[in-house]
Formats: sequence, structure tokens, C-alpha cells
Amino acid sequence: MSVVHQATVAAVTNSGTGFPVLLGLLLWPLVGACVVVTLRGSDKAAKLVAMAFSVIEFALAVVSLFVYHTGGARIQFSGGTTWISSFGTHISFGMDGIALVMVAMIGFLVPIVIGASWDEKLPEGRSAAGFFALILTLEALMIGVFAATDVFLFYVLFELMLIPMYFLIGGYGGINRRYAAVKFFLYSFLGGLLMLASAIGAWSYVQSVTGNGTLDWATLAAVLPHAPLSTQIWLFLGFFFAFAIKAPLVPFHTWLPDATAEAPIGVGVLLVGVLDKVGIFGFLRYNLVLFPNASKTLAPLLLVLAVAGVLYGSILAAGQSDMKRFVAYVSLAHFGFIALGVFAFTAQGQVGAVSYMVNHSISTGMLLVVIGMVIVRGRSVRVEDYGGMAKVTPLLAGMLFLAGLTTLSLPGTNSFVSEFLVLIGAYQTEPVYTILATIGMVLAALYVLWLYQRVMQGPVRGNALIGVTAGPGAAADPSLGARKAIHDLSGRERWVLAPLVVLILLLGFYPKPLLDIVNPSVGATIQAVTVQEGN
Amino acid sequence: MTPTYYLLLSALLFAIGAVGVLVRRNAIVVFMCIELMLNSVNLTLVTFARVNGSLSGQVMAFFVMVVAAAEVVVGLAIIMSIFRTRRSASIDDTNLLKY
Amino acid sequence: MPTDLMLGPASEPSVFAASGVASSAWLLLALPAFGALVLFIGGRRTDGWGHLLGCATIVAAFVWGLVEFFHSTSLPAGQRVQNLHLFSWIPVNALQVDFGLRLDPLSLTFVLLITGVGGLIHIYSIGYMSHDRDRRRFFAYLNLFVASMLLLVLGNGFVTLYLGWEGVGLASYLLIGWYSDRPSAATAAKKAFLMNRVGDVGLALAIFILFAKLHTTQYTEVFARAHTLSPGTLTAIALLLLLGACGKSGQFPLQSWLPDAMEGPTPVSALIHAATMVTAGVYLVARSNPIYDLTSSGRLLVVIIGAITLLLGAIVGCAYDDIKKVLAYSTVSQIGYMMLAVGLGPFGYALAIVHLLSHGFFKAGLFLGAGSVMHAMDDETDMRRFGGLFKRMPITAVTFGFGYLAIIGFPFLSGFYSKDPIIEAAFQQGGWRGWVFGLAAAIAAGLTAFYMTRLVIMTFFGPARWQELKNTDGNDYHPHEAPATMTIPMIILAIGSVGIGAYLTIGNRLANWLTPSLGALQKADNGPLPSIVVTIGTLVLAAIGVLVAILVVGRRAVPVTRPEPVAWPVRAARADLYGNALNETLVARPGQWLTGALVFSDRMGVDGMVNGIAALFGGSSGRLRRLQTGFVRSYALSMLGGSILLIAALLLVRFSG
Repeated sequence: MSVVHQATVAAVTNSGTGFPVLLGLLLWPLVGACVVVTLRGSDKAAKLVAMAFSVIEFALAVVSLFVYHTGGARIQFSGGTTWISSFGTHISFGMDGIALVMVAMIGFLVPIVIGASWDEKLPEGRSAAGFFALILTLEALMIGVFAATDVFLFYVLFELMLIPMYFLIGGYGGINRRYAAVKFFLYSFLGGLLMLASAIGAWSYVQSVTGNGTLDWATLAAVLPHAPLSTQIWLFLGFFFAFAIKAPLVPFHTWLPDATAEAPIGVGVLLVGVLDKVGIFGFLRYNLVLFPNASKTLAPLLLVLAVAGVLYGSILAAGQSDMKRFVAYVSLAHFGFIALGVFAFTAQGQVGAVSYMVNHSISTGMLLVVIGMVIVRGRSVRVEDYGGMAKVTPLLAGMLFLAGLTTLSLPGTNSFVSEFLVLIGAYQTEPVYTILATIGMVLAALYVLWLYQRVMQGPVRGNALIGVTAGPGAAADPSLGARKAIHDLSGRERWVLAPLVVLILLLGFYPKPLLDIVNPSVGATIQAVTVQEGN
Repeated sequence: MTPTYYLLLSALLFAIGAVGVLVRRNAIVVFMCIELMLNSVNLTLVTFARVNGSLSGQVMAFFVMVVAAAEVVVGLAIIMSIFRTRRSASIDDTNLLKY
Repeated sequence: MPTDLMLGPASEPSVFAASGVASSAWLLLALPAFGALVLFIGGRRTDGWGHLLGCATIVAAFVWGLVEFFHSTSLPAGQRVQNLHLFSWIPVNALQVDFGLRLDPLSLTFVLLITGVGGLIHIYSIGYMSHDRDRRRFFAYLNLFVASMLLLVLGNGFVTLYLGWEGVGLASYLLIGWYSDRPSAATAAKKAFLMNRVGDVGLALAIFILFAKLHTTQYTEVFARAHTLSPGTLTAIALLLLLGACGKSGQFPLQSWLPDAMEGPTPVSALIHAATMVTAGVYLVARSNPIYDLTSSGRLLVVIIGAITLLLGAIVGCAYDDIKKVLAYSTVSQIGYMMLAVGLGPFGYALAIVHLLSHGFFKAGLFLGAGSVMHAMDDETDMRRFGGLFKRMPITAVTFGFGYLAIIGFPFLSGFYSKDPIIEAAFQQGGWRGWVFGLAAAIAAGLTAFYMTRLVIMTFFGPARWQELKNTDGNDYHPHEAPATMTIPMIILAIGSVGIGAYLTIGNRLANWLTPSLGALQKADNGPLPSIVVTIGTLVLAAIGVLVAILVVGRRAVPVTRPEPVAWPVRAARADLYGNALNETLVARPGQWLTGALVFSDRMGVDGMVNGIAALFGGSSGRLRRLQTGFVRSYALSMLGGSILLIAALLLVRFSG
């Protein structure tokens, strides 16, 4: 197996450069979590320290963007050590362009999440220290998942990530938080176990071929593509279920609306914005590269699920009256687009899918954060409790509108670039599915504008706004008694939203740096699938 | 030597013990029935040890006796303390540990 | 269209890299965009001077547009198509989408129209919006619109066009929904965006096909290689582009958003929904002329759509009493003329652009006049409540009158020079097509004369019906002439309405100027009627329309409330020829039903299954735990039973084989 030999040699020679940066990225949030968790006495100190740690982490992520050498080795920043030598597992990390942009996105989002959760009302008897320590732990684990270069390590972190998320939803969420947290955990855990089964299968296959079993990704990538199709399909399915649940694709999605609806806003941002991306990332990094023949064989199935997700998610989003569930279904539609880009096997489609992962984090993050700001003011998640809010809080309305525009992928916003790339790429190989998916473009406009109309436009109305003591709605119905005044965006809220707004426009008009980082890694993935690029 | 009679006796003793455990309510009697079953097993072990000319069966019988003795100590203590608190030695009265 | 008119491969004129003044053409976009950015970020701080900044940036863009224009005229005709590369926008392997500008006679013509009419309407808006506390936000939106529209016409590829295309859609949404506390305005804005989005899907799919077949989306390469495409592909692209054009230009079957868009402030109706944005569809077809030249079936469909729309708009326009809605349907109808013209291919591209320009002037002038009337009449739009306003607002009435004469095609005014050639060209197609399309266009000209005369009489002449009426606040009406910021733009536009048509057409001035972009204007001479007969016939039809209108509304008293019941043609026209009803039954109702059904089935079906599995496990374990009775003797019995089973199984295995 000379292929294996070359691959391992390549993996070794790549190691070293930039690994300290990655190690710092992995450990720094954990250090932060340890510090924050000791600050139970003072919520304010806990918030400030958590914010400081997350901002420094972001700076580190920016450094890693500059350290990354575009056009260099596929996996950079790599390094690690043997873990359980008898199983051939390693604690080894490294990032390709796809992982790098996701890690940078995590670094960018966490300070925003902390800022957005600044005044989060915590349940009785819970301290801010615990909340923010969990968020920082989650950050470290999420970075670890994207950076793991050993399949077993990936599995362990994939499951480990559930634990802080479980506590964040179950401990700090809404009324049905227990139900949502358990549902989320069981769903993900079930998928994870199927993936473990596949990983063991892959290990034993590698052992039977090469004589020593290993779960090192580079080795697997060299050996598994030569496996018989039936073997590949079985192993593919194990990974597929884990990622289809995580992403989520259509029939496996019902945990997402519950989890998003019950999670605190900031946690929801991390859940929808980052955690779900592990699914798509897994498709690209594991399913496509390790099981190329199975991927090609099963692509029609995935494409059907993708298009179904686009249409189903869009229609359901239009039918929601709970704003947080609305975001969950919108994401479902977007994940459909992303999966379409991945499984059309063209460079444009996959670059589009990866940049969609980043842009979806930004746009859905923005949408969820703004909706959180609406909910904080109206104390209701029901759309029908609002109306004409633009009269009272014009700036907030503008922000919701902008978030809506990037959600419906208006050209000039970041999401357009990705959606355009996905569709134009997918059209090259799968015109029928693409044409069906374009219906989602119209539906996106429908659900976004309808939500905006119901919440922000028209005369001031709705239980959440009538009876407020400031703004034009104040005089509407004084009989309901004085309510706390509804103000427009505060300084803190503006600072939380400003980076998102800047990035939305910047990546909308000048996405080249992002695309350039992603493109070589996607090229390598495509090459692994050995599909001739059609153009 | 034919082991048939010894084994028949052992089976009879075991059956009596088993039936006793199932039908009697008094904890002490149930306990004694368990001892009866253990000893019927001991009889079987010794019989086969004798037939096969191997000592390990007899060693095993001693082990059973030691365990039985220990069991009696713990078991009787439990029965005593239950009797003290509940004024009853009927095992049907102590069914709190359930679903 | 006879097949012998099929053209060979379009010869794309050589494209030059922009240099000198042309390399600063990005200023055209940057100026309005900068204005919008300052107003958006500045917020309330710019309340005092925001409107001035808005006007200044547009006027500066107009001046810069003139500089570019004269620079271009100074070049030899063969070098007037210039390409300005700004930066690489979406580069992924074979897909290289550049952000760049294409300066050629067509785009520069549009630049002057957009910034010129746009500048006038900006100035008009200072007065019109003076009572609105969010005036600077209005100017921010207007600037955003102008920037997007300029990008639409200047972009050097289909994707940059798409960016501008959606940008103007966004601005249109924001401005239609300006009075968004009125639910009708919010709904109209949403409807406009959605129907446009349907068209946008067509445009997007056309781009996808172009990239799939030609591996590029930039005009230069697409046009140079268009002849390599198969006829089927060309027709598909032509139809999809037409779908996009229908959405943006309010053409059948996507026309019904445009009248509703009149919920926006009147300057918006004038700029976006009359003069510029709604003509983007015409621009798209004209810009894609190398593609349309190659597909006669695609062009035929464009002509059919244009003919249907121009009749539909004219018929419905006759029935409405709302002054802005009449003008809106008039716009629909006039853009139908332009569509028909571009569908004629090399015989009509330039004619369409001429009509587009003159329509831009007279329709903007008409809308501003209507806005002036509404301004005077406390935002009343029902013409039945007007009447006799000529004496109260003479400047408005006179400028409106010139626009009116222009649109009905009064000899030697703009509309005469721009509309009549289109009707002639339609007849000259020969055969049944010539008769059908020519007659449709000519009849619509008569209808146009009717509804416009009706509008003018009901508004400016006859008894002053408003004197006996109260406005919505219960006060008397006090009509008055508008301030100078409003009248001056109206006067300038009226002058344009009079002269622009003659200026552009005498000696084929515009057609020759546009030749590098659109190819030479051709003339077919196989029409069934000589052109003089067509001209006179159209004039006679228009005169009949005017006469009928005078007889119907001029000689009789106009009831203040709408007469009911009426004959079915009027009922049908009042109901937009059932366009909305059709949308409602075909799309909206089934959509709502589907949404409800899916929400239910997601909760009950998909999630129900998941929760059902959970409940199954929970329920069965709940039953199973009942076996733990707490009775030692039952445990002993189950142990015994288990042991016996075990032994029986062992024996069975042992003795069965």
C-alpha cells in the first residue's frame, strides 16, 4: 500500500507550522472557562472576563487567518500525539481552509454571543459565571471538532460538544427546556453512535488491508476509497445519519425547532450558527473524501433531501407564529441549499456551500440576535403579539429588515454570493434539482417579508406593544396599565450588531478573500471524489 | 458405588427447599428452605467428588458452607431488624422496594 | 417574423478597455451610493441637510454622466463600447464574475435618463416631502435606488446587472412601503417584491444556463459566443430573460403589482414606477440583443407579451377613478409598447429606447403633476372628487397638459415621434403578425387617448366638485399651486415632453448613436399598409378616443361616487381584468392551504413519529416495571422459571443433535 505510505509521509512533513496557534485556539477558551467559573460571586466580573477571553480568542483566530498559507499544504497547523497506540488513535489537530474559516467564524461569533447574552435573564439560582463558562467550553470543543484530524478524536469531541450544549439549553432555556434538551441530546447521540459504529468498521477494514488499524484521517483517506462499493455504502450511511441529524436534513430535523425555541438567544446562535455546521463539514471532510464511490452512488438521495429541505423549510417558516421556531425552519431551508451545493460535486457548488456555512452563521446569527432584541422588548415570541413596531423602534426595525435581507440572499449581502455559487454550481450537473431549489428564492422573500410586515409594519398593535409608556404606542390603550418603556437599540445592542452589519456588506461586495481560502480545500475534496469538473 | 440414591435424595431435598421458598410466608422458614437447597447442592457436589475421585467437589462444598454461614449471619440480622421495626416476619409484608 | 429575417452570428463590436475620463466612471455609482451611506449612518443627525446632500450627489452624478457622454461622443463610433474592470467579485475557478462597468451608448443613454429625471425628482421631493419627519430617510432610499439603477445599466455582466436589479427591487420595496403604517402600503410593497422575485428566478436561471453553456456571465464573452448556442438553449435563455423582464416591467402575467405600487409617495411613482425602474425589463431585452437576434421564437413571445400588456393596460386604465392608478396602468400599457418594439429585434430596439426616453419625460411629468394635484388636495386621489382645478393651479395644469398631449401622440410632440414608429414597425412585420400586432398597438393608442382625456377633464375641467366635499379630516379643500421646488421640475419635464421626441428621432439621431450597442436600425418594407396610412389611421383612432371621452365625461355631470351597477366590461376592467383574482385562486389560496397542511403534518407527522417512538419506549417501560412487585416470592418464582427454561434449553441442545 504505497498510497498509504505517501499519505502518512505527507501528513508528517506538513506538521509543525502554525501548530502553536491552533493549540492556543484550543486551550485559551478552556483557560477562560476555568477562570470564569470561579467568579460565581459577581455576574459582572464573570461577563467581563468571559468577554475579554473571547475577544483575545478572536484575535488569535484572525492571526491564524494570516498564518494560513493559501495554496500551501492541504492540512496546515497540524500536530499532535499518539493517544491509544493499540487502537492507532491520535490526539492530532490541523486545519484545511474549510475548517479554518469555520474556526474564524466561531471566534467571531462568540464575543457577539456574549454581548447579546449580556442582560440575559437567568433562571432562579443560576449564575452568569456558569453560563459563560459553559459557552467558553463549548467554544473550545467546537474548535476541536473542526480541527480534529483523527476520526476517533473527532467522534469524541463530536459527542463531548453535546454536554455543554445540553446544560446550556436544559439549564438556562425556556419553559420546555428539559424536553428540548433531552430531545436534542438523544437525537445527536443516536447519530453519534451510528458514526462510532462506522468508525469501528472503517478501523477494522483498514486493519484488514494494511495490517495495522488506525483512525488517522489522512490514512483513511488513502485506503478507504479503494474499498468495495458495498462496504463504502454501509460505512457512509453511519456517518451520514450522524451528519444528517446534526445538519439537519429534512426528516431528521424536528429537534432543531424545539432546541432553538427553548435555548437562550445566544446559545441558539451557537447552535444554529456553528454546531449545525459540523454536519455539513462532516459531509465534506468525511463522507465525500473517505467514501467517494458511495457518495456518488447515494448523491441522488442526498439531493432529494436537500431540495425537499429547501422547499419544506421555506413553507414551514412561512407558517410559523413563533419567531424562534421561524429561524429554525429558515435554517432548515438554508441547510438544504448547502447540501445541494455539496452533493452537486462542482467547484462552484462546494465553494458556495462552504461560504454558505460562514455566511449562514452571520445572517442567521444576526436574525436570531435581532429577534432576541424584539423578544426582550415585547416579552413574547408570538408574532401576533406584535405589530407596527417600526413606529416605536425604527432602528431595531431596520436591523430586522437587514437581517431579513441577508436571510433572503439579496445581492449585495453576504448570503447572495454563497447562494448564487451553490445554485450556479449545482446547475452545471443537476439542473432539475436546481430549478426546484430556485422556488426557495421566492419563498424566502415571502417568509421574510411576511414576518417583517406582521411584526414591524402597519399601525402599532398587539399585546406586547399596547400599553407601553413611550413612543407613539403609548397612548394606544392606557387601560392595560403602564408598562416599561420600549426603547430603541441601546449602545450595547448597537455594538453587538455593528460587526455583523459590517461583515454582511463586506462579504457581500468583496468575498474574494473568503473564497480564496476555501477554494483549494474544496478543490482537493472534489479531486478526492474524482469527479471531472465540468468546466 | 452408585450415585443414584444420593442424587435422588439431593433432588428431593432441593425440591422441598424450592417449594418452601415459594409457598411459605415466614421469613425464617424461607431462610431455612434456602439452607435446605444449598445443602442439597452440597450433597450433589460431594457425591460426584466421590464418584470421580476428585477433591475439587468437596472443596466447593466447603466454600458453599462458608458462604451459607456468612449469609445466615447477614440474613438473620436483616430479618431481626425488619421484625423489630415492623413486628412481622412475613415476607409478604415487606414489599416496599418496588416500582 | 419571417424566417428569412433570421440574422447570422451577431458581430459583437470590439470592446475597449476604458481609459481617461471613462476610467473614472465608477464615480457615477459612488456618488449616489456615498449619499445613501452618509444618510443611513448619519440618521437623525442629517435631518437638517440630508435632502440637500441627496440632491447634490445625484446632480453631481448627472454632471459626471454628461462628461462621460461627451467623452464618448468624441470617440469614433467603433470605439464607444468600453469596459471598465473594477475588482474581481466572485471568482471560483471557471466562474469569474467581475465587478465592472460597461460604458457604451446604451448604458450612457440610461445614465443620463436616470440621473437627469432622477435629479429633477429629487428636487421635486424636497417640496413634496417637506412635511415628513423622515425626509432624509426618503432621500437615502432614493439615492440607494439611483445607485442600484445605475449599476443595473452600467454593469458589464449579467451578475452585476442582477445585483442592480435586486437593488432597485429593494429600493422599490422600501419606497412603496414608505407609509408602512398603512397595511395596504405594506402589502403592496410585499406584493411588488414577491412578484419581482418570481421574475428574478427567471433571470437567475438564464444566468445559470449561460454559465453552464458558455462558462462566463460577462457581456463581452457571452455576446461574442452566443452564436455557438443551440437554438433550443437560445430560446430558453430568451424566455427566462423575458420572465425577468416581465416581473420588473409589470408585463403580463406579472403586471398586477405595478398599480398597487402607487401606494408609495408620488415622486417614487414618477421615478421608479414610471420613468426608470420599470423600464429595466426593456433594457434587459435590448441589452441582450445579440441573444434575441438569434432566436425568432423568443422575439415573437416578447412581441406577444408586449401586445397583450399594452391592450390590457389601456383597457383597465379606462375604468379607474384613482388618478395614480390610471397613470400606473398607462405605464403598464406604454411599457407594453416598448416590449413590443424590442421584440421586433433590429427593427425595433432603437425605437423602444426612443419611446422609453420620451415616456420617461412625459410620464414623470404626468406623475409629478398628479403629485402636485394630490399635494393641493390633501392626498386625495379620487378623480371624481376633483374638477375645475385648472384655475387654481395653472402651472400644474399646463405642464400636465403637455405631458397629456405627448402621451396621446399629438402631432409633433414626443409621443408622436416615439409611439408612431413602433406602430408602423409592428405593421411592417407583414402577414398576420403585422395585422394583429399593428392593430393591437393602434387600438391601444385610441384607448390611451380616451383614458388620458377622461383623466384630464375629470381633474382640471368641469365643475369644481371638491367645493361641496370635505377631506378625510373633515375640512374644506384648499387647492393651491405647488412651491417652486415642485413646479420647476415639472416645467423642465414638460419641455422635455414637447421636444425630446423630435430631437431624438429627426435624422435618426438616437438610433445612430445607439448603433454600437444595438446594431443598426433596420426598416422592413413589406407592411400591408403604407406608413402614411398607419400614421393617419392612428391619429384618427386617437381623435376618436378624445371625442368619446369628451362626450362621456365632458358633456355630462360626473357623479362623485362611482356609479353601480355597470356593464360587465367595466366591471371586468375595474377588477383589473381579473388578474388579481387569478393570482388569488391559483397561487395564494393553495399556498396558504399547503402551508397550513405542512405545519400540521410536521408537528403531527414527522415530529409526531419521533415523539411517538419516545412515547412507545416510555410507555412500554412503564408497563414492564409493574413486574417489580416487591414480593420476594414472585421474584423467586421467576428465578425458578428462568432456571428451568435454561436447563430445558441446555438439555434440548444436548439431546437434539
